[in-house]
Amino acid sequence: MRNAKKTSIKQWMGVVLAGGLLASSMAQADFDRASVLANTCVGCHGVNGISAGPAIPSIAGLSEAYFIDTMKAYREGERPSTIMTRLAKGYTDQDIDDMAKYFAKQKYVQVEQPHDAKLAAQGKAIHSKSCERCHDAAGTVAADDAGFLSGQMKPYLAYSLEDFTSGNREMEKKMAAELEKVQKAHGDAGVKALIEYYASGKK
Amino acid sequence: MTNNVSRRTLLKTTAATVAAGSMMSFSHLAAASGHKVVVVGGGIAGSTTAKYLKKLDPKLDITLIEANKDYHTCFMSNEVISGDRNLDSIKFGYDGLKKHGINVVIDHVEGIDAAKKQVKTKSGKSFAYDRCIVAPGVQLNYGAIEGYSQEVAKTIPHAWKAGEQTAILRKQLEAMKDGGTVVLVAPPNPFRCPPGPYERASLIAKYLKENKPKSKIVILDPKEAFSKKGLFEDAWKRHYGYGSANAIIEWHGKDAVVKVDAKSKTVTTASGKQVKADVLNIIPAQKAGKIAEVAGLTNDAGWCPINQKTFESTIHKDVYVVGDSSIAGAMPKSGYSANSQAKVCAVAVYASLSGKQMIEPSWVNTCYSIVAHDEAISVAAVYQLNAENKIVDVAGAGGLTPGGDAFNAEMRKREVQYAYSWFNNITTDTFK
Repeated sequence: MRNAKKTSIKQWMGVVLAGGLLASSMAQADFDRASVLANTCVGCHGVNGISAGPAIPSIAGLSEAYFIDTMKAYREGERPSTIMTRLAKGYTDQDIDDMAKYFAKQKYVQVEQPHDAKLAAQGKAIHSKSCERCHDAAGTVAADDAGFLSGQMKPYLAYSLEDFTSGNREMEKKMAAELEKVQKAHGDAGVKALIEYYASGKK
Repeated sequence: MTNNVSRRTLLKTTAATVAAGSMMSFSHLAAASGHKVVVVGGGIAGSTTAKYLKKLDPKLDITLIEANKDYHTCFMSNEVISGDRNLDSIKFGYDGLKKHGINVVIDHVEGIDAAKKQVKTKSGKSFAYDRCIVAPGVQLNYGAIEGYSQEVAKTIPHAWKAGEQTAILRKQLEAMKDGGTVVLVAPPNPFRCPPGPYERASLIAKYLKENKPKSKIVILDPKEAFSKKGLFEDAWKRHYGYGSANAIIEWHGKDAVVKVDAKSKTVTTASGKQVKADVLNIIPAQKAGKIAEVAGLTNDAGWCPINQKTFESTIHKDVYVVGDSSIAGAMPKSGYSANSQAKVCAVAVYASLSGKQMIEPSWVNTCYSIVAHDEAISVAAVYQLNAENKIVDVAGAGGLTPGGDAFNAEMRKREVQYAYSWFNNITTDTFK
């Protein structure tokens, strides 16, 4: 075969390059305590903190402040949960700070999931009026120091809003007032519309 | 030599090899540029260790040897038995690991020579290693029950290693006439997945209640207690008439099954009681996977003693045992434990190969059990290393789903969805 040798070297390089690319498809892990701690979270919360669902939320990209507040709220039993209240008690302030730094560095990826487009459009209008001030870009901005909304797991969104509206979970006064307004104006359908909007992943 | 320098040197070596236009295979190239790690067993522990080691050092030459081309998770297999999910949904291949640059070999490991640092397979290949990870899961101790054997298990399944066994049990349940008796023989401690037999009984009861309501399931147990017993029994009372004359589920403890007559599907207990089954599921006593035994990594009790900080065998240097086979302090033998241990083991192996100091480890475990439609319960724990180098519970953390006065139906319903999420995330974390 003509140029057999040349071709083989080229193919060779291709293999090496492909190998490099493939290996780099998985980010190289840091060798530190933060990664060791974060490794224990991702079994449930997904690789790099992006959940495969259907219900456990993604925690990648959350602001350090929000992550720390949340873990401490679980630890003190102030926020309702199934198992996070039990697990959070296992970590020191330093552990929580380390985990917060790790996940703040990961990129939040919105999940694609089925949703009702018509309800989502209604939800968008409600969000703009009542939620947008504190949850910018449909709740996808870490700097807001709040949990992510748009593109978060739908059952998780529903659980969270259920906990807020039932009074099981504390919220800031501003949020309580806005949520009450939404319910007064639209009833439970208003909350449902918000969930569909966030589930749509739109901003 | 610092790690950076050695990495640069390795890169140079790689470049030189490429420039020479060598016709060596890619795996040989990797061998020239990195330490060799051989992982024996491609279950949760082995696969996770391989993946996380590769994540820590992409230049490591990692070979994972597994006997089967696919792995069926033991967790969620009870839902296959009850007909709530199909067998394919718990099947995972090794393409994900291959894509990360791990050399996956489908072969049966027959020996590990710790002195020569070599792993030998059935097909006659041998693999040299700098570090060997042994993760064979559990071995079923058929001999503990007279009349039970691997051969008999083809008709009286254990279904404690998922796959074909799971399908056999499912088929038998489907074929059973209404009014039949399912007998589940539970194993003595320690065994893989402590709440597993009781979740299985719950889900079989659910299937019977919905499809064959005149039938029942009887658990015969050598133990006087079991994982999440209070929560299971409470759920059984509410859903399956447990303790009443019409109970779909019965539990008889402190009386080990010692004998089985395969032909009549009749078991005999230590106290002389005989129970005839229409469908019989025997989950026998367990010990470390065969290869761990063959390689001399086990103690008298049949499990592998390890340095609990690193998972290195206390018997053979440079051999690490992770997952169900290992004696990992307070951690149960579960899928999540295996995944969590594997990540710590990967850090320890990487530290030892690169001359770094081991990082203070941390582990977690959560076991979900689905007990009825829209109801799951869980046990969770966070683990740390104590001053005696033992893995212990972090005091005050973890524990059970609240029961009794704190029973919350909505939270139980959420736990089902979280169990499914855990399944999706841990299998992605392990295999993809």
